[in-house]
Amino acid sequence: MSVVGHIGTAVGPHETPPPPPRKGRRLLPYLLLLPGGLWLTIFFAVPAVQLAATSLYDPSGSLQQGYAMTWEFGNYADALSAYWPHFLRSLLYAGIATLLCLLLGYPLAYAIAQKANRFKNLMLVCVIAPFFTSFLVRTLAWKTILSDNGWLVGVLRDIGILGSDGRLLATSAAVVLGLTYNFLPFMVLPLYASLDRLDGRLLEAANDLYASPARAFAKVTLPLSMPGVVAGTLLTFIPAAGDYINAELLGTPNQYMIGNVIDSAFLVRLDYPQAAALSFLLMAIILAMVFVYVKRSGTDEVL
Amino acid sequence: MKLGRWLSDHWVMGVGVLVLAYLFLPIAVVVGLSFNEPSSRLSYDFNKFTLDNWTNPCGPGDMCDAVVRSVQIGFIATVAATVLGTLMAFALVRHRFRGRAATNLLIFLPMATPEVVMGSSLLALFVAGGVPLGFWTVVIAHVMFCVSFVVVTVKARLSGFDSRLEEAAMDLYADEFHTFRKVTLPLVFPGIVAAALLAFSLSFDDFIITNFNSGTTVTFPMYVWGAAQRGIPPQVNVIGTAMFLIALLLVLGTSVRRRRAA
Repeated sequence: MSVVGHIGTAVGPHETPPPPPRKGRRLLPYLLLLPGGLWLTIFFAVPAVQLAATSLYDPSGSLQQGYAMTWEFGNYADALSAYWPHFLRSLLYAGIATLLCLLLGYPLAYAIAQKANRFKNLMLVCVIAPFFTSFLVRTLAWKTILSDNGWLVGVLRDIGILGSDGRLLATSAAVVLGLTYNFLPFMVLPLYASLDRLDGRLLEAANDLYASPARAFAKVTLPLSMPGVVAGTLLTFIPAAGDYINAELLGTPNQYMIGNVIDSAFLVRLDYPQAAALSFLLMAIILAMVFVYVKRSGTDEVL
Repeated sequence: MKLGRWLSDHWVMGVGVLVLAYLFLPIAVVVGLSFNEPSSRLSYDFNKFTLDNWTNPCGPGDMCDAVVRSVQIGFIATVAATVLGTLMAFALVRHRFRGRAATNLLIFLPMATPEVVMGSSLLALFVAGGVPLGFWTVVIAHVMFCVSFVVVTVKARLSGFDSRLEEAAMDLYADEFHTFRKVTLPLVFPGIVAAALLAFSLSFDDFIITNFNSGTTVTFPMYVWGAAQRGIPPQVNVIGTAMFLIALLLVLGTSVRRRRAA
């Protein structure tokens, strides 16, 4: 398999086979895990725990004077009551973007996995290639495409979809479009990985048994690609819900998502307890949704 | 009739190609704007064709410094994350040990955590520990979020690995070291290369986490972000185009070489 195909399968779900037992080398796995495990513990797990603690500090402190730990659960209530529209907007934008990614990504992944034959690698490269032009540069390119005197707005105004003073830039639609665009490859790759493993003979069997193509898709292809759907929606939804770049560059403060609020709470307002409470709330909401979603879709092995 | 048949056979491919076109639309704009002479500093529209941006890519003072810094950070972070992640992948696929579930969770969580949360919590750690923000705090952060992706990528390659090949080598009196060097490593290598490429692109492209932990160090994405407020120099698009071409050549190059080798 090529390097590209490899990235594709990597993002997809896969079960780990039971490791072969080996005698007399019981320390080796721990030695292998130690450096990476320590790194993740020190620079990911410890800060996460510390963040949880920060979110319960007395908000009247400051960075200079230090904060007192007062188990201030009120920080969460304050954060939620002040910023619930941003939370809601983040989940809504990310949800719509994820759905759009699924609608766009599924046919593409299916075409690559089942129809592309010798063009398979080329098409996979094409999915990954836009990744390498910086995220910010691509989003700024959308700013050009959607701009008020750009060709797209011109065409849409001419055919009457947009009013004569209608805009695309600085609207919710622009932010959702940006999110969809930026996270589409995260949807396509795991979908491709699971559709690539689909045995074509199963579809022939469905066909032989007089299933219509639509029915064969609903009863065979779709259920078998569910692990890819689940992995893809997670990989799209999670970063999209926390994103603030699209809202900042393609939207206005009316489109600001929770990421924008957290960013400014940490870097501009320097209100650490509230920023931490917001971060932790976002993480908790996302993890809860992931958990419910994975349980309901019955594909535990994604985790 | 014939047309209907052709359509029903090929519509999925047609939709797929359209979606690819959507993915490439902004890239086309970036390439186009790299030849643009903007009418004003804050204009994002195409004005006049010029080659100046390509002949003078480092025109805007600190942009090339930022690119070089991003490459340095990307390189160090990639090497470190690839080594740490590959070791972890080997442990997870090849060995039985206690604490597997906890390890898997520790690897999964960074991928499931929004970047704002990771960036901000790491910043809080550095601030609390009195660590001065700069080049090395960015490297530390990048290694942290790249490791998980390396583990998953290498693990995928290792899971599909036929361990009978190693047994055969051992039967032919190769010692463990030689088996690893001559059999295991060459077979796993494409997975490691893919992981390294992924890590580099994640690191080079990262803005959110970097923004929290960089202090006054400016990486390329941070430069672009700052410039977006004041007006983007067209050379940014030259860098975007160049990165795209380099990545394309690299990926196509490795797959052609692998096909020849096969």
